[in-house]
Amino acid sequence: MTQRSLRILIIDENAVRAAILEEGLRLANDGEDGGTPEIHHIRDTANLLARISAIDPDVILIDLENPSRDTLEQMFQVSRLARRPVAMFVDKSDSATVQAAIDAGVSAYVVDGLRKERVRSVLDVSISRFHAFDRLQCELQQAKSALEDRKIVEQAKAILMQQRGCSEDDAYVLLRRTAMNQNRKIAELARSLVAAAALLRPGADHD
Amino acid sequence: MTERIIAAFVPLVDCAVLVAAREQGFAAAAGLDLVLVKEPSWASLRDHLCLGHVDCAHALAPLPVALTLGVGQVQVDCVAPFVLGRGGNAVTVSRRLFAEMQAKAPAASFTNPAESGRALAGVVRERAQPLTLAMVFPFSNHNFDLRYWLAAAGVHPDREVRLVAIPPPLMVESLRAGHVDGFCVGEPWNSLAVAHGLGHIVATQSQLFPRAVEKVLALRAAFAERSERIAKLLQALDAAAAWADEPANHATLASYLSRPAYLGLSQEIIAAALGGRVRLGAGTAVHDPDFLFFHRHAANAPREADGLWAYAQMSRWGQLAPSSAAERAAAKVFAPNLYRQSVQHGAAPAAPLPAFDRIEFSSDVRAYLAQFEAHTPFANARSF
Repeated sequence: MTQRSLRILIIDENAVRAAILEEGLRLANDGEDGGTPEIHHIRDTANLLARISAIDPDVILIDLENPSRDTLEQMFQVSRLARRPVAMFVDKSDSATVQAAIDAGVSAYVVDGLRKERVRSVLDVSISRFHAFDRLQCELQQAKSALEDRKIVEQAKAILMQQRGCSEDDAYVLLRRTAMNQNRKIAELARSLVAAAALLRPGADHD
Repeated sequence: MTERIIAAFVPLVDCAVLVAAREQGFAAAAGLDLVLVKEPSWASLRDHLCLGHVDCAHALAPLPVALTLGVGQVQVDCVAPFVLGRGGNAVTVSRRLFAEMQAKAPAASFTNPAESGRALAGVVRERAQPLTLAMVFPFSNHNFDLRYWLAAAGVHPDREVRLVAIPPPLMVESLRAGHVDGFCVGEPWNSLAVAHGLGHIVATQSQLFPRAVEKVLALRAAFAERSERIAKLLQALDAAAAWADEPANHATLASYLSRPAYLGLSQEIIAAALGGRVRLGAGTAVHDPDFLFFHRHAANAPREADGLWAYAQMSRWGQLAPSSAAERAAAKVFAPNLYRQSVQHGAAPAAPLPAFDRIEFSSDVRAYLAQFEAHTPFANARSF
């Protein structure tokens, strides 16, 4: 029997995560016995069953938190799909992978009869790519908050310079020393200072 | 020493007992740190429960039965030692569908589920395109209530309408967008559809199956063996349920539930559901004290027959292959012993009441099911 290439369907509203996942799946599975996998991406869940039937996937990957999972499972329950996909943890022999998948926020529906190693390799890639996406999100968030911290410290310095008539450097030294003494972060102290200054401003109660 | 117990829930008014146990201090008084985790879907709640990421869950009553029997996605032995709520679901149809039902049956009383069912059947028979009706999960009373009501009116739920599953928080939007013509869901989502002028309530669970078990506390059987923790939890829940059932506490309870960590919805709508003051739409309303309740009428005591009821519905609609082994396993899921051992002065289980069509449930499942005309055989549901 000639083995057709693995068909993977990604259901994800998040186009960036889907792209990261897709790239990983292509790289990892290229050259394996079934050849390059065929990867499909569905973004919204309109007319889901007809689209899934048309694609006839071996594996469906979907964010664990995606509320459409209930819809999906009901469809599998009553549908006349040629091959009924079931949640990945049906096979209890590989619970470490399943745990890792759940921790990463991946859920997968796999059709019966698919070789365990293939499922495993798809899951491993999905897990690492979901983590990569989270790291990306996290770094983005950190960059954003670093920028915000810098802005708030600038504002606090300006307030100190105005109130105390000191230089910018002195204002910064004062902030840093006070933060150290109070065992707080500079940005945190700066935030309270800006908030306090706003309160003390005339007409502040109309904020 | 405080012990931590993590419970998963789906944002619905009937997660009230868990919320009251935490927020009103009943769990803390029992020496428990009860942590509540909100879930976006029933599938997600099931996964977290099965994998042991949470200790217990606010579960649809048929869910622990389906898990124990391995119907659907996974097999995990579960027990349900405590009923968290009875009633609270309703069937809401779009305003357009309601108008069609009215036109079909101008004399019908839409507070009588038999009459509203007949009106719907009249509409179904004349439509070219089948209606799309939503429920929340394959293994839910919403699915079974809706199917029972349709079938009693002569509408076959697998042949004459299209049933889809949608998580409760997305129901109202689906109705607004016209993706569904109606749905069966728990509160406050029906009242919200009515408040937004999108739908009309045509049947309530309290009319269809008076005092029926709706949500239970579900645990993996393995976790239930840690009986001391379970006893503490059930005692806390019993006290919380008594408190939550008291009308004088409904305003406080509604304010807890309306917080973003729980439902994040208007306190008024939640309080109305708690009090059984249900606006049906088009200015009509009913006051049904037993619309949704948490403690009275021996509400918290599980009965073996409740597990069998779920088994019977699954069997009727082809979700499983009937067998006496499965029947015995289903009867064991609702654990009256665990409740009795843990909750001193706990109520004795109440006798079940007949459904709206006067049919009483009987533990002789085969004889019970033989009374119904409409069925979906297991083989048919699975014939690909």
